[in-house]
Amino acid sequence: MTRSTPAVSGRVALARPRGSGGQLAVAGAAVIALAIASMFVGVSDVSLPALLAGDRTAWDIFWISRVPRTISVILAGMAMSVAGLIMQLMARNKFVEPSTVGTVESASLGILVVTVAVPGASLLAKMSTATVFAAAGTALFLLVLRRIPLRNTLLVPLVGIMLGGVIAAITTFFAYRYDLLQTLNSWMIGDFSGVLRGRYELLWIVAVLTLVGYLCADRFTMAGMGQEFSTNLGLNYNRVMTLGLIIVSLISAVVVVNIGSIPFLGLIVPNLVSIIFGDNVRRAVPWVAVFGAGFVLVCDIIGRTIRFPYEIPVGVIVSAIGSAMFLYLLLRKRERRG
Amino acid sequence: MVSTGLPTALTQHQRRPIKGISPKTWIIALSVVAVAVVAAFMLIDLRGNIGYILPRRAIKVGSMILVAYAVGVSTVLFQTVTSNRILTPSIMGFDALYMLIQTGLTFAIGGQALLTMGAPARFVTEVALMVGFSFLLYRWLFTGGGKSLHLMLLVGIVFGTMFRGISSLLQRLIDPSEFIILQDLFFASFNNVDGLLLLVSALAVAAVSTLAWRMRHQLDVLSLGRETAINLGVDHKRSVISVLIICSVLVAVSTALVGPITFFGLLIASLAYQLCSHFRHAYVLPIAVLLGIIALVGGQLVLEQVFAFDTALSIVIEFVGGIVFIALLLKGKVK
Repeated sequence: MTRSTPAVSGRVALARPRGSGGQLAVAGAAVIALAIASMFVGVSDVSLPALLAGDRTAWDIFWISRVPRTISVILAGMAMSVAGLIMQLMARNKFVEPSTVGTVESASLGILVVTVAVPGASLLAKMSTATVFAAAGTALFLLVLRRIPLRNTLLVPLVGIMLGGVIAAITTFFAYRYDLLQTLNSWMIGDFSGVLRGRYELLWIVAVLTLVGYLCADRFTMAGMGQEFSTNLGLNYNRVMTLGLIIVSLISAVVVVNIGSIPFLGLIVPNLVSIIFGDNVRRAVPWVAVFGAGFVLVCDIIGRTIRFPYEIPVGVIVSAIGSAMFLYLLLRKRERRG
Repeated sequence: MVSTGLPTALTQHQRRPIKGISPKTWIIALSVVAVAVVAAFMLIDLRGNIGYILPRRAIKVGSMILVAYAVGVSTVLFQTVTSNRILTPSIMGFDALYMLIQTGLTFAIGGQALLTMGAPARFVTEVALMVGFSFLLYRWLFTGGGKSLHLMLLVGIVFGTMFRGISSLLQRLIDPSEFIILQDLFFASFNNVDGLLLLVSALAVAAVSTLAWRMRHQLDVLSLGRETAINLGVDHKRSVISVLIICSVLVAVSTALVGPITFFGLLIASLAYQLCSHFRHAYVLPIAVLLGIIALVGGQLVLEQVFAFDTALSIVIEFVGGIVFIALLLKGKVK
């Protein structure tokens, strides 16, 4: 994703004092280092000497469990962060993300419906249902948003959280009736411990979606300015909004079905990036992806080591660390203002 | 919105009162309904060993009334001191804080030690910690330089999420057998409220209620907004702190009894303001409490008798509360 043709970087260098390609490469390298470290964390013994010595079991564990896990951590972290950014552009509000506007809740409602209606449904069927529900939930949020008389920044995340609460209440109600509360809990808390070769490959879809999101980033910014404004700029507003909706819903659905929800990720990472590198969206996307991947990697490693040999789901770690970080950002701003 | 000295509450009501019915009439009518609902809950389908069933039902109704009271009063008071109709103690993370304190205590001294403390001692310790923490945290938040309601709301929601996140992290670090004890402590539903805990809670509620009742005129002035209240001679900081302490105790009571119910307070406080054409606390508070009792006891009655469910009431409240609130937002009634 780094564009490194000399002509381009030379021309743009003036316009971008911070967050240059070089820095991005360094950050990318740091994420790769983290990824490598993550591959050597775990209960069964996979050490570098063992791998070098050609230990058969070590290599098996490495390829069947460790590598898929690390890849899925990176993919989920990247995608959820970018989905948060796209959400924020579409709603024109910095405080929304798929798990605060009801997208994730709708996706789990979808999984619940398919689980109850077709007990033996395939992963693909679950995912498609979850996507349809997630898209419907997100569309509902955007519709409600348009009808709010005063587009107050404070109301937007509030309406989203309310809507998410209502959808979650419906889900809990039926999960309770069908005795699926425990299953529901396991969807809602992001957890990478079940990732194995052959069971995570659908996550690659989100890599493609993230790329599409990157390529269309500017359009989402324009569409966020409103229908009239973007039509004046020659943009097909409805098409762009639909595209954004599909990207965000599909990413959320795939991640929820395979991993579970990772709260706050889409909120903190884009905000952190915008504080550090400013608001140029096109430039922010790669940084959001790198930060997202790095952040989830760190949380996953913490989750695996803090209570070794037991494991704490990454969703729990992210909500504890992520909310504290977000709070710090908010209050640091306040100190500056006051 | 907080920074405007305008009497938000006042203008709100001059614009949209339900005319023709005085607050006193509402209080009388709602009391009659509430008594009828409670009586129905106690007496309908009363078969078998009455000496066993009646006390059990009484504890259940008692805990619901206490929760309705605690949630109604704490929400109205909280909205008064923060001069808005959106913030409620539970949205600002009060009940999440309470659960974190419980989890933290279990983590620090162990579930067994916590149980052997006995309900009253445990409750007093927890409430003391809760008041201490919320005092530090929310006093700083509400009386500090940051006047943006938007920021406050967001900080509140994030605080709530952080408390819940840390709680669940600690819960995972706790020994599984201890975790079961903990789970029993804060997911008690209306069905298995401890009689002793109910008594302790009732005493705590009675104590803070006297304080709140003595402050009622001061509260009316406070609802005119910070600047106006100060101009009229109210010690704003001191009253805000007193109200925060009252709210902490009430939230601790309701959370200890039945666990967190997010939208309930919002629901009954909004309704109470819609019904009541006066903004005086002596009217709004009883109306909110009565509405709460009718909603909780009536809701439980309908669920048990009509749908034959047991503990899904909080889910239904969450659902209805959320929808009502979104509707209010869309009509622009709550700003």
